[in-house]
Amino acid sequence: MIAKIAWKNSWFKPLNTVLSIILLTASVAIISLLILLQKQFEKQFSSNIDGVDLVIGAKGSPMQLILSSVYQMDAPTGNINYGDAKVWMHHPFVETAIPLAFGDNYRGFRIVGTTEDYLKKYEAEITSGTIFKENFEVVLGSEVARKMNIKVGYKFFGSHGDSEEGEVHDEHAYIVKGIASPTGKVIDNLILCNIESVWAMHHHEEDAATEEEHHHHEEGEEHHHEEDAATEEEHHHHEEGDGHHHEEDTATADEHHHHEEAHDHDNDHEITAVLIKLKNKMGFILWPRLIAQNTKMQAASPAIEINRLFSLFGIGLEALQYLAYGIMLISGISIFIALYNTLKERKYEFALMRVSGASRSQLLILVLFESILLCVIGFVLGTIVGRLGLYFISTSTEENYKMAFNPFEFAGKEEGILFLTTIFVGLIAALIPAVKAYRLNISKTLANA
Amino acid sequence: MIRTQQLLFQYNAETQFEFPDLQCKAGESTLITGASGTGKTTLLHLLGGLLKPTSGSIDINEVDICKLSDKKLDHFRGQNIGLILQKAHFIASLSVLENIELASWLNDKTKKKEKAKELLLLLGLEKFASKLPSQLSVGQQQRVSIARALINEPKLLLADEPTSSLDDENAKIVADLLADLSQKYHAALIIVTHDQRLKERFKTTIEL
Repeated sequence: MIAKIAWKNSWFKPLNTVLSIILLTASVAIISLLILLQKQFEKQFSSNIDGVDLVIGAKGSPMQLILSSVYQMDAPTGNINYGDAKVWMHHPFVETAIPLAFGDNYRGFRIVGTTEDYLKKYEAEITSGTIFKENFEVVLGSEVARKMNIKVGYKFFGSHGDSEEGEVHDEHAYIVKGIASPTGKVIDNLILCNIESVWAMHHHEEDAATEEEHHHHEEGEEHHHEEDAATEEEHHHHEEGDGHHHEEDTATADEHHHHEEAHDHDNDHEITAVLIKLKNKMGFILWPRLIAQNTKMQAASPAIEINRLFSLFGIGLEALQYLAYGIMLISGISIFIALYNTLKERKYEFALMRVSGASRSQLLILVLFESILLCVIGFVLGTIVGRLGLYFISTSTEENYKMAFNPFEFAGKEEGILFLTTIFVGLIAALIPAVKAYRLNISKTLANA
Repeated sequence: MIRTQQLLFQYNAETQFEFPDLQCKAGESTLITGASGTGKTTLLHLLGGLLKPTSGSIDINEVDICKLSDKKLDHFRGQNIGLILQKAHFIASLSVLENIELASWLNDKTKKKEKAKELLLLLGLEKFASKLPSQLSVGQQQRVSIARALINEPKLLLADEPTSSLDDENAKIVADLLADLSQKYHAALIIVTHDQRLKERFKTTIEL
């Protein structure tokens, strides 16, 4: 009955009530959104760096290197020489080293050249089909397969670079060999192939470039030859029979060149980054400086960079959180004013309830209950609105960063605290009006009526 | 049945009221009259347990309400005393019927819906049951407050200037209802008033 009176009373002055509820809803929505966002964001970020102690990549911003190679969110810092990287990949400190080579994308999903270890690191299994073996064979992350509705055996052409609008490599088609199991990590949104596929896809381009260079070079050489010929002619005048020796020289030089090319076949190629898991954690401390000083590469720690990112984020999230608590404070004041203002009119009601047998504490409870009722409604609505907000944010982040948030998750502890805070605000706001109702002098009130 | 003895109420050093002893049996009615400032309303509040006397005793059905604790007094009041005020007050957000039900709920946690409807029928207000009190006329409101005062079948019915804001016709209706219903429910009826119309209607009068 007290609840019924409280409910009816709340809607007897709908404007006051609606204002209080809107303010409460807004603050609870913002806070619960932030709670869920932060929690899921950190979870997603942290789960992806499991098993990665260091990332080796081209010099540049270490955060960019981590974002691009671990989270597939940013552009890579550049390429590194595979040969140079191998020195570190085969270092005794290393437990596993997973090379990554970025090149193309298919409808916005990155095609990453790597090894089977990459799937193992993310605990992804092949649910249908097989792992990639030959060039241009790919394994799809579970989300890619789901969103594009692609089955094993499907063929497609990749576009160069990160953007869907990149130049289409229509010389070679990729063929889907397998589909990986869902992991909830970045791998779900990737298309994986062996590293050689990335090289082969771009080999044509590289070839064209080097051929052109060769051509120029040859032209230059020819030019040089002509000059040579001229001098040779001059030489010819002086010395004869020298030609044979010269021919021999070029032959050995050519041979030597061929030999070198065969030897450096792997080492001339470039990759984007290497994910390193260390056996010996000394490397964690020593390598970043060692690699930065001695090579053209850098080694970045995902844990450190992500902490840095969170602390940067944290400032923004904190500011928003303060704003939300500010709104909650205002809603508390709004409830207080509404209750306090109506107290004057309602004191006859209260006196009358006392006359009808209500005790002081029943009036106290009634006033507190009205306030808490608003807070509970505000909390419930806020939780719903916050989740709607997260849903919209999720659809947009999924489109842009391939990162989805789950609006239906409950952050038990944090949301519990938020609920208690909301109720506490309601109690504080109603405290003075409730005490006034409690201490109401019925005789005086009725005598002056 | 109500009986008072040597009631004294002191507002402050200068103002104090001494009330004559009074006694009113179940089904009987007593009118208390007097000029303004003679303590009519104070006496009524004392009888209703809204104020505690400085000294003296008030026995309602052999219970001295002056000796009850606050909480017990609240409960006793709800159970045994029906109060009708000069101006009828209601929970503005509740309907007429709900207001009457509330009085019974506050007493014993039951909503006597049927009885409330019966009372409204008796008072000729059955078609206003689901209206808000503010939608009723002053006379109708006063009748609703009689229904509310009677819902718990109190031993004592107190009325403070119940007719002062009513026209002759409504005043007569209300006075008749008070007299008839207090008899029907075996309640002692005490009316505090300076309304001449009531003095003609009720015989037992105490002048302060």
